[in-house]
Amino acid sequence: MNHIALLMENQPGALSRVIGLFSQRGYNIDSLSVAPTQDETLSRLTMTIAEEGADINQILKQLYKLVDVVMVQNLSEADALTLELAIIKLNKTKADVDGLLKNYEFEREILDEKDNYTVFKVLGDTQEIENLLSELKKEEFLEVTRSGTLGMTKGNESLATNDQTKISYD
Amino acid sequence: MAKVMTSGGEALIRALADENVDIIFGYPGGAALHIYDAIYQQDRVQHILVRHEQAATHAADGFARATGKPGVCLVTSGPGATNAITGIATAYMDSIPLVVISGQVPNHLIGTDAFQETDMMGISRPIVKHSFLVQKPEEIPVIVKKAFHIATSGRPGPVVIDVPKNLTDPNEKFEYKFPSDLYLRSFALYDEAENSDVKKAVKLLTESERPVIYAGGGAINSNAAEEIYEFGKLMGCPVTNTLMGLGVYPASDEQFVGMLGMHGTYEANMVMHEADLIMAIGARFDDRITNNPNKFGLKAKKIHIDSDPSSIDKIIDVDIAMTGNAKKVISQINKELKAMNFDNKKFGSWMKKAMQWRAEHGLNHSMLDQKNPGDIILPQQVIQSAYKATDGKAFVTSDVGQHQMFAAQYYHFNEPRKWINSGGLGTMGFGLPAAMGVKFAFPDETVACITGEGSIQMCIQELSTCGQYGLPIKIINLNNRALGMVKQWQDMQYGGRYSSISYEDSLPDFIKLAESYGHVGMKVEKLSELEAAMEECFALKDKLVFLDVYVDPDEHVYPMLKAGGDMSEMFLSKTEKTFE
Repeated sequence: MNHIALLMENQPGALSRVIGLFSQRGYNIDSLSVAPTQDETLSRLTMTIAEEGADINQILKQLYKLVDVVMVQNLSEADALTLELAIIKLNKTKADVDGLLKNYEFEREILDEKDNYTVFKVLGDTQEIENLLSELKKEEFLEVTRSGTLGMTKGNESLATNDQTKISYD
Repeated sequence: MAKVMTSGGEALIRALADENVDIIFGYPGGAALHIYDAIYQQDRVQHILVRHEQAATHAADGFARATGKPGVCLVTSGPGATNAITGIATAYMDSIPLVVISGQVPNHLIGTDAFQETDMMGISRPIVKHSFLVQKPEEIPVIVKKAFHIATSGRPGPVVIDVPKNLTDPNEKFEYKFPSDLYLRSFALYDEAENSDVKKAVKLLTESERPVIYAGGGAINSNAAEEIYEFGKLMGCPVTNTLMGLGVYPASDEQFVGMLGMHGTYEANMVMHEADLIMAIGARFDDRITNNPNKFGLKAKKIHIDSDPSSIDKIIDVDIAMTGNAKKVISQINKELKAMNFDNKKFGSWMKKAMQWRAEHGLNHSMLDQKNPGDIILPQQVIQSAYKATDGKAFVTSDVGQHQMFAAQYYHFNEPRKWINSGGLGTMGFGLPAAMGVKFAFPDETVACITGEGSIQMCIQELSTCGQYGLPIKIINLNNRALGMVKQWQDMQYGGRYSSISYEDSLPDFIKLAESYGHVGMKVEKLSELEAAMEECFALKDKLVFLDVYVDPDEHVYPMLKAGGDMSEMFLSKTEKTFE
């Protein structure tokens, strides 16, 4: 499992160039999350590649080579925080849902409920969410949506950069 | 300065002129008509009308390979753009700087399956270094400038600019401003190598016993020929070039052991196999070089200089990697070697060993003297005859197949940028349009296209372009009446089952064909007539000559590496091989 963090130009086509490097090799992207950063000209992306034996280092180099890509980092090789949000809809009452979740540590909130369904969110480690979902398979599931893993390194370093290469002509 | 008001179309052509482009290759069509109207109304940029968009890209590519400057082409949307794809992929695989401008349907029609609409950004994405979809006409000059910078810097490559028709509207004018500088965020370029790495490399080089210099297309791209020659002389060791690198080290130099790889010389492949140090310069350990990568260079340490960090450790793990400009990095190394007064005498016996391999199984470069009772022409003899007739000074373009390998093996290239072929993608049809691009760049030089009757038919329509612009290219057609390289593989690996390789009864009369386009056609079938015909062909300075040479249809290209083997495992002829 590799979590990759990437900063790229926030413009049309940039994401498809990034994705293309995985799809051309037949690698599946297990999760992907992308949104603009505090600098709206840049988007930050976190992606998860579960592929066994994937040549991640080669892909990282090729990602960095893309003109639209500003910075790349393999979070799996760093001391990093990862987090995922899931919204789950079950054919259960709120009380039943509370029972199902009692053994889990993570943050949760009921978002919507009636007698025959409950919508709730959970926020936590990807693995924890996976565990919950596999347990819930027994239940009558209506829907689940996940944010995909989000990640950044611990410490005061950042992936962000404002480095511009100035190219002058005489 | 007075304000210059331009339309998007005018801005595009004006920006090309401001980038010092004086020639572009293209083909008009609906979405590009505003741009063509702008071309008509100026005289700084000359437009060359080809007969097929693939030829426009190959011509621009040939121009770029011969000059080192970016080639430019212009095509319309839809089929114009898709026809350009093969040429873009060809340039991408060989790291050639190209700027391809494609017309696009007007913005409001994008995504509606409009007439001649295709998603050029999408279909070209995996085969470009970068691409731009123009969103506002005012940004055209900046995009052009960025496109040229990206295409030519670092590891060069093709850049596509897709221009929706409405953004070139002649009625919508804006102030034209060509940027004096531009900004690219985090656009890393590598220049010199770290001094510590240079020192480590020099230590490995000087402490080695059996070093080899292996230089490829990247060495040509960075114009490193002079530095590599000096480096070769400082080392006094064998030098080999890849198919893409031929000419970067002079072929007639005594240290040159020829091309390496699939159809490399016996001595080059043996040197690579037995070396204890492989110095790769602008070469990427391609599968046509290494043969089985698990058996490649097992006795050798490896140093790799490349402008592209993603080429390092991609196929073969190396001991020292120096990401940088080959010209500068080799200069750094030369400086160190000179400072330490390195004595290369110790490589003398290793060099001698290479010469011994050459004596055992090297290529025979005097085959013109070998007569045979049937007076049959061997393809190698055609190349040797062309070499002789041109004094080895011609620009030689080729297509893809046996003739390409024979040309690479037997025409000695002593200078870079003289050998122009599609090495990476292996594009049949490349040779003739590439020769056109070279001829436009160097009208006073001899340009020969060495081809086969299979390849030449893939872009044969360009004989018309050559007629229109009076391009006296010499087309040397090695006519073996079959797809020779495919036939060779079918001989060697498919029990001689010739599947779909012959068309003898339906071949055109190339002489009449050339004549119908206003050119000269000549046919040679006898070895005894070859040299005179070749002399005559090159003596006709002002005419395109199509020299149709009937060659032995059963000849194979040798040496040939054994599939899955190491670099010492070669077929040397139909009856000899180096392995059990």
